[in-house]
Amino acid sequence: MIALPPPKPEVLARREEIVAGLRALVPGEGVIAETLRLRPYETDGLSAYRQPPLAVVLPTSTEQVAAVLRFLHENDVRVVPRGAGTSLSGGALPLADAVVVGLMRMNRILDVSFPDRLAVVEAGVTNLGITKAVEGEGFFYAPDPSSQLACMIGGNVMMNSGGAHCLKYGVTANNLLGVKFVTIEGEVIEVGGGHLDAAGYDWLGLITGSEGQLGLVTEVTVRILRAAEGQRAMLAAFRSTEVAGAAVDAIMASGVIPVALEFMDKPCIHACEAFAHAGYPLDAEAMLIIEVEGSGEEQDALLGRIREICERFDPISMRVAASAEESMAIWKGRKGAFGAVGRISPDYLCMDGTIPTSELPYVLRRIGEMSAACGLGVANVFHAGDGNLHPLIMFDANDPESFAKAEAFGADILKLCVEVGGCLTGEHGVGVEKRDLMGVQFTRPELQQQRRVKEAFDPEWLLNPAKVFPLEGALAPPAH
Amino acid sequence: MAGTGRSGLAGVRGRNTMSGEGSRIAPADEAGVSAAVVAAHAEGVPLAVEGRGTKAAMLRPVQAARTLSLRAVSGITFYKPEEMVISARAGTPLEEIEAALAERRQRIVAEPPDLGALLGATGGGKGSIGGVVACNLSGPRRVAGFATRDLVLGLRFVNGEGEVLRSGGRVHKNVTGLDLCKLLSGSHGTLAVITEVTLKVGPAPERTATLVLPVADEAAGVVALSAGLTSPFGVTGAAMLPEGVSANGVMGPVALLRLEDVEASVRYRMERLRAALPGGRVLEGDESRALWRAVRDAAPLAVAQGEAVWRLSVRPSRASAAVAALRSIGARVMLDWGGGLVWVAGAATSAVHEAVMETARRAGGTFTLFRAPDPMRVSVPVIPDEVPALAALSARVKAALDPGGRLNPGRMRAGG
Ligand SMILES: Cc1cc2nc3c(=O)[nH]c(=O)nc-3n(C[C@H](O)[C@H](O)[C@@H](O)COP(=O)(O)OP(=O)(O)OC[C@H]3O[C@@H](n4cnc5c(N)ncnc54)[C@H](O)[C@@H]3O)c2cc1C
Ligand SMILES: Cc1cc2nc3c(=O)[nH]c(=O)nc-3n(C[C@H](O)[C@H](O)[C@H](O)COP(=O)(O)OP(=O)(O)OC[C@H]3O[C@@H](n4cnc5c(N)ncnc54)[C@H](O)[C@@H]3O)c2cc1C
Repeated sequence: MIALPPPKPEVLARREEIVAGLRALVPGEGVIAETLRLRPYETDGLSAYRQPPLAVVLPTSTEQVAAVLRFLHENDVRVVPRGAGTSLSGGALPLADAVVVGLMRMNRILDVSFPDRLAVVEAGVTNLGITKAVEGEGFFYAPDPSSQLACMIGGNVMMNSGGAHCLKYGVTANNLLGVKFVTIEGEVIEVGGGHLDAAGYDWLGLITGSEGQLGLVTEVTVRILRAAEGQRAMLAAFRSTEVAGAAVDAIMASGVIPVALEFMDKPCIHACEAFAHAGYPLDAEAMLIIEVEGSGEEQDALLGRIREICERFDPISMRVAASAEESMAIWKGRKGAFGAVGRISPDYLCMDGTIPTSELPYVLRRIGEMSAACGLGVANVFHAGDGNLHPLIMFDANDPESFAKAEAFGADILKLCVEVGGCLTGEHGVGVEKRDLMGVQFTRPELQQQRRVKEAFDPEWLLNPAKVFPLEGALAPPAH
Repeated sequence: MAGTGRSGLAGVRGRNTMSGEGSRIAPADEAGVSAAVVAAHAEGVPLAVEGRGTKAAMLRPVQAARTLSLRAVSGITFYKPEEMVISARAGTPLEEIEAALAERRQRIVAEPPDLGALLGATGGGKGSIGGVVACNLSGPRRVAGFATRDLVLGLRFVNGEGEVLRSGGRVHKNVTGLDLCKLLSGSHGTLAVITEVTLKVGPAPERTATLVLPVADEAAGVVALSAGLTSPFGVTGAAMLPEGVSANGVMGPVALLRLEDVEASVRYRMERLRAALPGGRVLEGDESRALWRAVRDAAPLAVAQGEAVWRLSVRPSRASAAVAALRSIGARVMLDWGGGLVWVAGAATSAVHEAVMETARRAGGTFTLFRAPDPMRVSVPVIPDEVPALAALSARVKAALDPGGRLNPGRMRAGG
């Protein structure tokens, strides 16, 4: 279990006063302090960890967010920002003495400009909500995390979230133009806007992926793109993970970059097939889903070339969708992968390391060995084009020993990712989950440097403490 | 490892620096860079950081007694075409990297420009990969996706205290910890000295073609560019040459729309694009490539000796109003990024500079003074001033990386 810091007794003792102060700033239903109503906020997508906060405040405007942060700062109260609470790394996990500042009531689309190819939205708009607002004109917002129905753009910015289609379109950071940002002191700062390049420091780049460590985001300007004429998927199944890995390399080296290139191993294929009945090949050791874009003829041409490449690797079977419906059927199993594993195991931990793609066969073999050694099942689903692994470790949360084993197994996988030249997290963030592993990837001076940058924004370490940085430095300003 | 070993410190001393005075150090390796920074930090000596030193006249002149050159810290250290990753030491000439990539039919997607000619530099080529990242310079393809900073997967760097540190890595997706790669991209050597860069690269397209579309004026031009960029055909370049401006025999006023992809796609998409935007002609292959090189390097501006050059990044729909304002003060312009990038050449006077700053503000964007005589560069803001809250953060972030304020003092702002 990951340790949480002891609450500040003086803050706990002043709870009533703090709640009253917040109520004065955010009237009506905006402040939650009743035990029962705090329950929905006590955890996020990493549900093994639970901790009700001191209170929850749900502002409706940037001005309210600024006033709330100024008040909490003056009162030395810790702050946990929250979007939809789908973080898989415990990024939105509360602390007993912290106030959760939830952005979900800030959910308006403020501006859409097709000629400028941008949309300005509040932080609580869902990821899919942006696409919904512009798809009538044939546009979309490109990063598409599987949680896109629920997760919010503010959370996406703070986690620099990816999705199946980021192979072509990039992750959140590559699709932002600006943010409205509120510091812990309650200062409102506009960064970027309707233009592409900043002069001066790249604040937007630094804020993106900062996991609520630097400030709160209340508005986001995103790039919107015109959708391609159409898209179509194919499926290719192989005899071994090595061969499938080699096929991935060959596709990437061919110069034809698909929009998506997903990899599933045998346990994952079986779990998804049982759930979605997508017609996946159950005899395969590994399967690729490959999607291309363009007009009908362009799709034919591209899929034809990818088919030829796959044929060189003696596939067990290949299936090229003939229509949009058949494409959806191929995707159906993959999109439901997490849920499918949830059906065959009482609980699962979703890991998120990245590796160089050439290391894929080796890493999958090692994960298999670790799984056998600890007795816990694992299903692997993988954004193959960019090396982002999602091993799903199956365990039973009611059995503390099983949970401890699952956490240790997960940590070993992430250490392996770093060992082969990769990193601890490709898109889910460090949060509380990988905090104590940061020393595996970074030297002490490197972590100290990051802490000093964090301190430039938040000298008192009030913003989302106990996350990202190993505990010693996450709580007290580092000695330097 | 930080600050160890003076092995690499052997360098050329005594030559003139970009600030005109003092000594020059050109360490042979990262340990030497670290040692030089440790020494400067200890002695309280400011350092001017230089890539290949091909450029002198950018932003504000650095007042530093000592110049640290990365010229000798050079060479490609890692290249895996099938993973689309390349690493090179900071002083590696961009041409060397581009040549290695071309051999495997790959390229730097952000299309970094060669601004030597525009800026009156004599020879020396495009400069170093460290310099390109330190300036976050991107070319026409920026409009379709990625800036240089988006392609930086990892950096090794030396902070102002001489510590050797890393951020990012060599994999394509990485959200581990704060993204110092982005913070350092575009920081013009004021936060740290970059010693090694790892970039994401992409395949060179099979085919490229450009639609050259005559337009009445900038307003019509930006509308045409926007039509191209909001089409489903994946336009990767959208520039405009105004009246009186020409490049490689293409005379303005014209809108230019580029397609790059596999053979069949470019053929099909160009047909569709022409149907949607009739009246133009198509340039193929080498002709198209040469035209975009000119656009990339802002060559069509044909800057005269003594003129100043600005680069404005604006909201595209406000570009034509911005152009009108700039014309009224006698400046010449060229548009890229669908109107989102406005290159401006004009008289190097503070009156023109004021007007350019105001124009950028009204167009919802930013400006950078790219080239101007020294007296002008020290007396005007070369990038927009930050609001007080942001200026305070800038100072604190600078102190977090370079507590003694030794690196490139005054490069981006007076006193900063
Ligand atoms: C505002 C602006 C103005 C420009 N003006 C000119 C110009 O007048 N003439 C011209 O030819 N090009 C100019 N450029 C283009 C740019 O300098 C080159 O394209 C770039 O590649 C220079 O490479 P270099 O190795 O010669 O770098 P240098 O010219 O030596 O350095 C460029 C900048 O980057 C910094 N830098 C270089 N290497 C490192 C490193 N390893 N770590 C940290 N910082 C580093 C330097 O301190 C300097 O601020 C300008 C760019 C910008 C953004
Ligand atoms: C089933 C499922 C599938 C998923 N699939 C993907 C996927 O494909 N790709 C992917 O990248 N992720 C995925 N995720 C992870 C998660 O959805 C993303 O990290 C998402 O961006 C979180 O958004 P949220 O609104 O839920 O943020 P939260 O979970 O509420 O918060 C995330 C972090 O950001 C901070 N934060 C939130 N809003 C703000 C704000 N406005 N200002 C400052 N800080 C803020 C929080 O403190 C926290 O640290 C998945 C999660 C689930 C449960």
